[in-house]
Amino acid sequence: MFVVCRSNSSSFRSVVAATRPCFSCPRFPPLIAIPTPSSSIRFPPLRSFSSPRQITRMASKVAQDQQDSRLERISSAIRVIPDFPKPGIMFQDITTLLLDTKAFRDTIDLFVERYRDKNISVVAGVEARGFIFGPPIALAIGAKFVPMRKPNKLPGEVISEEYSLEYGTDKMEMHVGAVQPGDRALIIDDLIATGGTLGAAIKLLERVGVHVVECACVIELPELKGREKLGDKSLFVLVKGAA
Amino acid sequence: MFAEENGLKGDPRLQAISQAIRVVPHFPKQGIMFQDITTLLLDHKAFKDTVDIFVDRYRDMHISVVAGIEARGFMFGPSIALRIGAKFVPLRKPRKLPGEVISEKYALEYGTDCLELHVGAVQPGERAIVIDDLVATGGTLSAGVKLLERVGAEVVECACVIGVPEVKVMIYYLLAGAGLLESHFMFLLSRVKQTNFVEQYQKVAQQLSCSPSKMRLHF
Repeated sequence: MFVVCRSNSSSFRSVVAATRPCFSCPRFPPLIAIPTPSSSIRFPPLRSFSSPRQITRMASKVAQDQQDSRLERISSAIRVIPDFPKPGIMFQDITTLLLDTKAFRDTIDLFVERYRDKNISVVAGVEARGFIFGPPIALAIGAKFVPMRKPNKLPGEVISEEYSLEYGTDKMEMHVGAVQPGDRALIIDDLIATGGTLGAAIKLLERVGVHVVECACVIELPELKGREKLGDKSLFVLVKGAA
Repeated sequence: MFAEENGLKGDPRLQAISQAIRVVPHFPKQGIMFQDITTLLLDHKAFKDTVDIFVDRYRDMHISVVAGIEARGFMFGPSIALRIGAKFVPLRKPRKLPGEVISEKYALEYGTDCLELHVGAVQPGERAIVIDDLVATGGTLSAGVKLLERVGAEVVECACVIGVPEVKVMIYYLLAGAGLLESHFMFLLSRVKQTNFVEQYQKVAQQLSCSPSKMRLHF
């Protein structure tokens, strides 16, 4: 498994600037790790007459190294289970990531750093593993969390969108009134494979007038070409895996 | 058992949390008053306060495992786990978790269901809490507690956003019946409002033209 962190949209630069704490409320401790003097990150020596551009570049490089080591840890925390749910499928299991407190926190931090200043008002999480990553991100960036669920789980009035599976179809539902026209949304799932589920989520949100800013997943399986089902929406992932 | 009896009486956050939860009648079937927490998730402040209250309670209890019950336990558990420095462990319906699992059956109104836990996710001696959005009969939570105890974890407490007061006795009975310690008591943020509850109950009974005592309430 190799590690990358990119988006196919040029409007999002994925350089991580030097981190700063994100306090929406005094009770919330900073989610973002701030390097301490005892950390293993080495700051390159600053020459006495460094230009602002050089300093920015050096800070970017340090930040990039920090980010790479976070991604490496995240990637190694994910385990692959062969032949699940059926022979031939290499299942990417994120539950081991959830057992590594630092890696899980870093995962959330990486998403929060990217989306915190993008005026996202809705984080839509796809059942069920999207429910694990979505709410912590929503809480940190001040957005609502909206679950996108399998049929007959959400009580009250819903709208649904059908999508294709390898064999047959499935349906995804969202509550009527959970989102408003003009809301800016981020869609979260643990993994994108064929893109069918995410494609359905995009359609559901757009049907009610929401602007889908981006789709975000921990893992992408590029061989399955999921990006093609996302239309003009960009995709941001932390890690890529083999199908 | 209820937060307001556990030092949080008069805490204004509790009222806002309670009011953010909506009741959907006749879901999933006639006669059932469904407690819907999705409206709580739309209220950023109330959602944040919910997590804060749990975090304040568990932060100094040396909890190393937060076990969340699929699927609404997943909406609350991870945020709590991240804040208190614990692992998050999903307790799932059958055949969702890949790899080696252990399972625990539990009773439904009609029939049984099953919860699964990954082998190796939890070590003996770990201190755990079990999270779900709501406790009604306590069957699911009991299964979660049993799973964790089977692998040698110590379940410090069960925590839910909503509890039904009438169920208090049932929970103790269920847990005692399973031979579990009374220390598995419930920490619940919100009760279904007593007066509303009775009104709703009577209204639905009227609509259905049946005696309220014949209705069973499930959430």
